[in-house]
Amino acid sequence: MAITFKQVDFTYQPGTPFETKALTDINLTIPDGSYTALIGHTGSGKSTLLQHLNALLKPTSGTVTIGERVITPETSNKDLKKLRQHVGIVFQFPESQLFEETVAKDIAFGPQNFGVSEADALKTAAEMLDLVGLDQSLLDRSPFDLSGGQMRRVAIAGVLAMQPRVLVLDEPTAGLDPQGRLDMMEMFAKLRRERDLTVVLVTHQMDDVANYADHVIVMDQGRVVKTGAPREIFKDPQWLVAHQLGLPKTTAFAQQLIDRGWQFDRMPLTEDELAADLIAQLPATAFGGAPTDDE
Amino acid sequence: MSPIIDVEHLNYRYPQQPADELTLRDVSFSIAAGEWVAIVGHNGSGKSTLAKNINGLLAPASGTITVDGQVLAEDTVWDIRRKIGMVFQNPDNQFVGATVADDVAFGLENQGVSREEMLTRVPAALKQVNMQDFATREPARLSGGQKQRVALAGMIAARPQILILDEATSMLDPRGREEVLATIRQMKAASDLTVLSITHDIDEAASANRILVVNDGQLKEEGTPAEIFKHGEDLIKMGLDMPYAERLKAALKRQNVQVPATYLTEKGMADWLWQLRSNK
Amino acid sequence: MMNKLIFGRYIPGDSVIHHMDPRAKLLLSFYFIGIIFIANNWLTYLLLFAFTFLAITLSGVKWSFFINGVKPLIWLILFTVVLQILFSASGGHVYWHWGIITISQLGLINGAYIFCRFVLIIFMSTLLTLTTPPLELSDAIEYILMPLKAVHFPVYEVALMLSIALRFVPTLMDETEKIMNAQRARGVDFGEGNIFQQMRAVVPLLIPLFVSSFNRAEDLATAMEARGYQGGEGRSKFRILKWHARDSWATVSFAVLTAALIFLRA
Repeated sequence: MAITFKQVDFTYQPGTPFETKALTDINLTIPDGSYTALIGHTGSGKSTLLQHLNALLKPTSGTVTIGERVITPETSNKDLKKLRQHVGIVFQFPESQLFEETVAKDIAFGPQNFGVSEADALKTAAEMLDLVGLDQSLLDRSPFDLSGGQMRRVAIAGVLAMQPRVLVLDEPTAGLDPQGRLDMMEMFAKLRRERDLTVVLVTHQMDDVANYADHVIVMDQGRVVKTGAPREIFKDPQWLVAHQLGLPKTTAFAQQLIDRGWQFDRMPLTEDELAADLIAQLPATAFGGAPTDDE
Repeated sequence: MSPIIDVEHLNYRYPQQPADELTLRDVSFSIAAGEWVAIVGHNGSGKSTLAKNINGLLAPASGTITVDGQVLAEDTVWDIRRKIGMVFQNPDNQFVGATVADDVAFGLENQGVSREEMLTRVPAALKQVNMQDFATREPARLSGGQKQRVALAGMIAARPQILILDEATSMLDPRGREEVLATIRQMKAASDLTVLSITHDIDEAASANRILVVNDGQLKEEGTPAEIFKHGEDLIKMGLDMPYAERLKAALKRQNVQVPATYLTEKGMADWLWQLRSNK
Repeated sequence: MMNKLIFGRYIPGDSVIHHMDPRAKLLLSFYFIGIIFIANNWLTYLLLFAFTFLAITLSGVKWSFFINGVKPLIWLILFTVVLQILFSASGGHVYWHWGIITISQLGLINGAYIFCRFVLIIFMSTLLTLTTPPLELSDAIEYILMPLKAVHFPVYEVALMLSIALRFVPTLMDETEKIMNAQRARGVDFGEGNIFQQMRAVVPLLIPLFVSSFNRAEDLATAMEARGYQGGEGRSKFRILKWHARDSWATVSFAVLTAALIFLRA
């Protein structure tokens, strides 16, 4: 399911003394089936834009097209449900949305709001638990007895249970340890393959963008300042720094190598890409057998 | 030189835990004055519990903790807390004051420092963390990184000998993290502060003189960053990010390239690659 | 959503009213509400309005804020005014009469006076909250409560609680909005359906909000303890209140106003 923004402006509290403009002239497309990364420093308008993806906010002017549905400033707040079912949002620290007595009931909460029967929803809940890599024995536990990482997975299962076609992830790995972050990102990649999802990832982790995304949208001061494939975005380090953004670790290191006289045909984004590019330029003595410093 | 922190055979159990289960098991280590020690471990390994035992926020089941020559006990706990400044993970939940200046003054008020003294110490501390223009701001208008710098200013003003950072940068964006880390480095340089930082962040751990690895409530390993970082891909299991040079090394190794077993910094890696290329 | 509340929001400024001692502002505002009841004819009400307008002009805050302060209460005011007109003791010329309902000249005048009182009280209390940061108000309350220390009332603790509560209001409002968004994304409709459905919709909001508030409270208590907080005894104070000449002048002007009201009342 594709999402398209046309000339979208958004202003908080228009007509009051506290009026603030958050989005200006946003034109973008999140292609169907893409893994789109939305990047920009804190306060660039990412979270405001994110809330337009399932009409939690409606544009002050312009249109947002989500699948077949067109959202305009005049769109009524009624019957947006179908839309919200199709676009699942995992907010930052989603564990804070848990409230039910058991894990099963909490996961089943979303589907039931969209008209699924309790029995069916509970059945879905059990399936979702597998999907997020948690044990079935947790179903009857209170979500508040789980570890932070487990709670987050339960909350994600609660969003997946609505069977969305677009999954929006707002900094899904914030506060996790390195192993937890890695597992979480691999889980989303797997989910995307298996369930044919369109994924939108909001992140500060440029390595995740380089490793997983195929489309990038860069925001600054409420505007979209660049869109394109990751390699396109990361090829200009100065430009990124000017917009207060970092580089993937590999790209930053490759840049150091370039400064010392190495040459690369393409800008490497991941360590495996860089390793391959380096190997092409290394003498045969570097491989296998005898230690290199004997030469 | 006698250590500023000495932990001997520390055991800790949370009240709701069964008697045979311990969150910390027989942990012993000591830290010299002026050292920067990083404690690493994955979430739930017990590292935060360890930090909270050191200033008596949690009471050990058994074992001895000595801080600056004083054995931690009920009658010394408030003295020891004065010697230790602690910055926690969530920037919002440790901001007590209604404004930036009030928050910095909070610890001083608790110590009964005179108002005249506070009027010099508070602005000086804010200046040191580069927040002097924000003195009258309310926390709601600050970024996470700014709130953590205010927390650090509170520590500077209270002049502790030891600073404990309990994942103080983990909820910040990359820019906030850099700002906070730079502030800590600068605090360390300005006074002979002892720093104990609990972290997953590789840059923070690399700033330390020594790293303690905690797993499953036990102290598993200790060493210099170079000694610990050479574990390569196992670092992730220890709850630490991999330094970039180690990541690249692992990728090269997968392609059958002979890589050095010792830890290389990024510069060291670049040098090694250059040498390898010239070695035809 | 919550940001629509204008009433009670502090608007930073640099006026003489902003710089007044919060104790003076708080006490004089209460005093003002008291002396409104001295007024009983057009001249005295006119005087009160003139005084209020002067204060508002001095504060430099835009008029729209005060009008917006009245708006949410307008139905309550009109309801009271209508009751007053219809049911108050009749006097003067009777325009209309039906059963116990009478519209008389006196009733209309009384209704108008009640309307004026409401507007004056709202204007003056809006002026207080718009020009005084909540924290200063809590400081003022602490000072005003100080005599209660004699009867072992924990004034310091209450004041600290008040200031922490105020400090966390914006944090909790953000949190509420976040959780509401998360639940709306899971299909909850807030503010729709019948009363039973609406009550049910609040559960997924309130429980997470309580859980997070308790977690925050626990974190905060730990942080306070780590920073050496052992209760109010032995603490020094960073923030103090200073009484300036302008506060004395304000007090004098209220005394003059009172004298004028007594002199001019019927």
